[in-house]
Amino acid sequence: MVPFNLLVLVCLLYVLLLFLIAFAAAKRAETGQLGWLRSPWVYTLSLSIYCTAWTFYGAVGYAARSGLEYVTIYLGPTLVMVGWWWFLRKLVRVGRTQRVTSIADLISSRYGKSNLLGVIVTLMAVIGTTPYIALQLKSVTLSFAVFASNQPEGGTMPDLNATALWVATGLALFTVLFGTRNLDANERHHGVVTAIALEAIVKLAALLAVGVFVVWGLAEGPADMLARIDASPVSGWDLRGGRWVTLIFLSAVAFISLPRMFQVLVVENSDERHLATASWAFPLYLFLISLFVVPIAVTGLAVLPAGTNPDLFVLTLPLSQGAEGLAMLAFLGGFSSATSMVIVAAIALSTMVSNHIVMPVWLSLRGSRASMSGDVRGVVLQARRLSIGAILLLGYLYFRFSGGGEALAAIGLISFAGVAQVLPALVGGLFWRGATRNGAAAGLLLGFAVWAYTMFIPSFGESALMSAELLTEGPFAIGWLRPHALFGIGGLDPLVHAVFWSMTLNTIAFVTGSLLSFPGPMERLQGAQFVNVFDHTGAARGWSGGAAEAEDLLVMSQRILGSKEAQALFQAEARSQGRGGYLPDVTPDFIERLERELTGSVGAATAHAMLGQIVGGSSVSVQDLMAVADETAQMLEYSNRLEAKSRELARTARQLRDANEKLTELSVQKDAFLSQISHELRTPMTSIRAFSEILLQDGAMSAAKQKDYAGIIHDETIRLTRLLDDLLDLSVLEAGQVQLNIQSANLRDILDRALVATQSGERATGLRIFRDVASEDIELQTDTDRLCQVFINLISNAQKYCDAASPELRIRARSSGDHLEVDLSDNGCGIPEKSQDMIFEKFSRLSDEARAGGAGLGLAICREIMLNLGGRVEYLPGQGGAAFRVIVPFAPGPAAAQGPSGAS
Amino acid sequence: MSRRSPIFLARTGYRLRRLMDAARILPAAGAFLFMLPLLWGGGATRNGIIFVFGVWFGLIVVAALIAVPLGGQLRSTGDEDGQGGEDGPV
Repeated sequence: MVPFNLLVLVCLLYVLLLFLIAFAAAKRAETGQLGWLRSPWVYTLSLSIYCTAWTFYGAVGYAARSGLEYVTIYLGPTLVMVGWWWFLRKLVRVGRTQRVTSIADLISSRYGKSNLLGVIVTLMAVIGTTPYIALQLKSVTLSFAVFASNQPEGGTMPDLNATALWVATGLALFTVLFGTRNLDANERHHGVVTAIALEAIVKLAALLAVGVFVVWGLAEGPADMLARIDASPVSGWDLRGGRWVTLIFLSAVAFISLPRMFQVLVVENSDERHLATASWAFPLYLFLISLFVVPIAVTGLAVLPAGTNPDLFVLTLPLSQGAEGLAMLAFLGGFSSATSMVIVAAIALSTMVSNHIVMPVWLSLRGSRASMSGDVRGVVLQARRLSIGAILLLGYLYFRFSGGGEALAAIGLISFAGVAQVLPALVGGLFWRGATRNGAAAGLLLGFAVWAYTMFIPSFGESALMSAELLTEGPFAIGWLRPHALFGIGGLDPLVHAVFWSMTLNTIAFVTGSLLSFPGPMERLQGAQFVNVFDHTGAARGWSGGAAEAEDLLVMSQRILGSKEAQALFQAEARSQGRGGYLPDVTPDFIERLERELTGSVGAATAHAMLGQIVGGSSVSVQDLMAVADETAQMLEYSNRLEAKSRELARTARQLRDANEKLTELSVQKDAFLSQISHELRTPMTSIRAFSEILLQDGAMSAAKQKDYAGIIHDETIRLTRLLDDLLDLSVLEAGQVQLNIQSANLRDILDRALVATQSGERATGLRIFRDVASEDIELQTDTDRLCQVFINLISNAQKYCDAASPELRIRARSSGDHLEVDLSDNGCGIPEKSQDMIFEKFSRLSDEARAGGAGLGLAICREIMLNLGGRVEYLPGQGGAAFRVIVPFAPGPAAAQGPSGAS
Repeated sequence: MSRRSPIFLARTGYRLRRLMDAARILPAAGAFLFMLPLLWGGGATRNGIIFVFGVWFGLIVVAALIAVPLGGQLRSTGDEDGQGGEDGPV
């Protein structure tokens, strides 16, 4: 006998292995070494979460009860995979181009980014999946119980409910750890997928091993096995046509509409080509999984005592024959099938719940502006973690309170029929442009209601939620509303009856609703993009006008994508528009791209709503609507090209205008600067002259007074010298003739020096400095004096200009690639957007008042120093104050070491 | 090499389109074959097993034969219309 403790130990070791694999894969993916993680085989194996514990244990039980009918559950998916060119190819392409995060997101996005549909599908999915999760918990606990009941002394019999609770907790932990590590822009979870691929191999190997053991160990090969099947209770194939067709249809539909299958098929798909491999490899997997089911069932019926639960033959058969190692493998196989399903289902459902229920509620609670403070990413991740816990808790509660001894297959089919209600909206959405939001909502709600009435609620057993009279007589004794004989058509198998009526009424409502209602502009746009996904090269636009401020958009994106990613995105966009800095022109194309990026994180409806709050509502232009009509496509192509050209011209013109404005302003400022500089020179000169005249003329002056006046003259000359030094310094830097003194130093020491210099003596002000000293421990090769000068300038700028009541300055450093970024941001009112272009120019000052004796040269010197050091300094918008980013290379490039010649 | 030049110039393209047709027909053919047992209403389980698994395996083999060249086709179209470039961050 296998000691129960050994079993638990093996189980824990196996879980530990899964943790390690998932962790290693996630680490690899983070560093960008995807390699085999993106192979078509991993994709194919990850699809095997279709085969849950229901397959692993339940198929044998199903075969022992109903013979060959169990294969229908695998024939449906086989047909779908084999027919990938029709449907899956389109589904995956749409999923990739629209950055779909779940099946609810797909439906919501197709029907005009309607959150109503997202909520409906999410609720349906949660209700439909809960029994399924309970089923997995049940099978794991039952298999534990098999081992426990075989113990010589029955004293260690574990509590089944406690086992289920432990399993559910462990699964929640695993899912939270690897499913919500980060808010990935495309929702892929490499760690989870890799662990699942491993589990897929384990469960296939386990079932094949038991099968081989049965066919070649207990029987004498295939021929003998066939003879045994002839002699068994299931020798006759009781083919019930209605069920046969219905089940093949149902399993095919469930394969694409189960939330977890959608997650691995579409969301986790990283390459469309993987579908081609999976189209035959996954049917092969299903083929192998089903191959030995009947032999195991037949042998179990023959060998084991009557009354043994056929759902557990896979486990009890090897145990009864003393093959304990094999039984252990079978146990791990069953464990794998259950856990992988629960993990992916929880991830898929939590994404749906957070994107379609929690986020919209949160957004509406936060009031009108999405750009307020607070990190949305934290909220989303937290929502997902909580939903994962809640979903597993629901599954556990269902397990506790349904309790009953239904066969595994029955619960699975109820789930299948529930999620299948998405089908009309899904297929219609992908292939019929006329499908509308109202039609989809009507179909979904009606189909779901019929399913609940005829299948889900009766499944709790008679007199649980429905009384026995209601089942036999119908509500209020209305005969044609009986749950198992709608419209008086009785005598059907309850499953066939429920699937037939729910799908039929669903489809009728969907089609009629679509035909009678009128789609909104956004729906028509999305519809055209989905249906013609292979024809449309560029996405049609849903945004027009540029009412939004780029800075507001940046503030919002930073909170969803993370500040580094958002800044990179904005910078790239600005560069592609031929501009520097972080703020691109707000073109409709840009908003469209931004929305798609955000969609990957929070779902289509939420992203659209958040952008809508800033951009001021989406609008669809006439041109966009024309794009919907195929008839004008060709004309449109041409006019589009013209339009693109004219847009480009307009942009160039705007750039020229910008440049011209900048030049004019510079010229004005130059004049101002000259008069300023004359003023600056004249003031000390005047006082020097006046005091020296007094000294010359008044011979009878006291020594103290003389000393006083000489002191004033001295101070004034120092001021003059400093001004002239700055000017000289700048011209040397600009000419690139500066001698750099490169040495290695620690960033922390440089910052320490700068702070000491700025906070000593009279210059000390009330500015509070926040540093993250640990992150500043970075070695670099540079001219430390020059770099220190840059920091001194920036810090003293903050001292002078930060106008907050209690001024603060934050210094953050991080290394990024071959360079180092130091951000210095204060909490003042920042620099207005129109001035951001100007501040680094040498004659520019934001205000005319000559505060603290500066002549508007500090930032210009900073810029020139950084250019000489091979880095840059730039203004960082959207940080809630004036913020500067200093970018220094770790080591100077060859050009910087010799002193750049081309620095302007 | 044949002596006469081929009538159709774009032979590879033509083959490929017929392959796509085959890929579309395959699931229908599979469904048809799996419905055949309804004609004779079941019979013995052993014959049923041989039939179902035989058809199933045949489908897998044909699907593999079709998928390999079509998968290569996806690669080239994917790069052409710029969809292939979506993998990397923009």
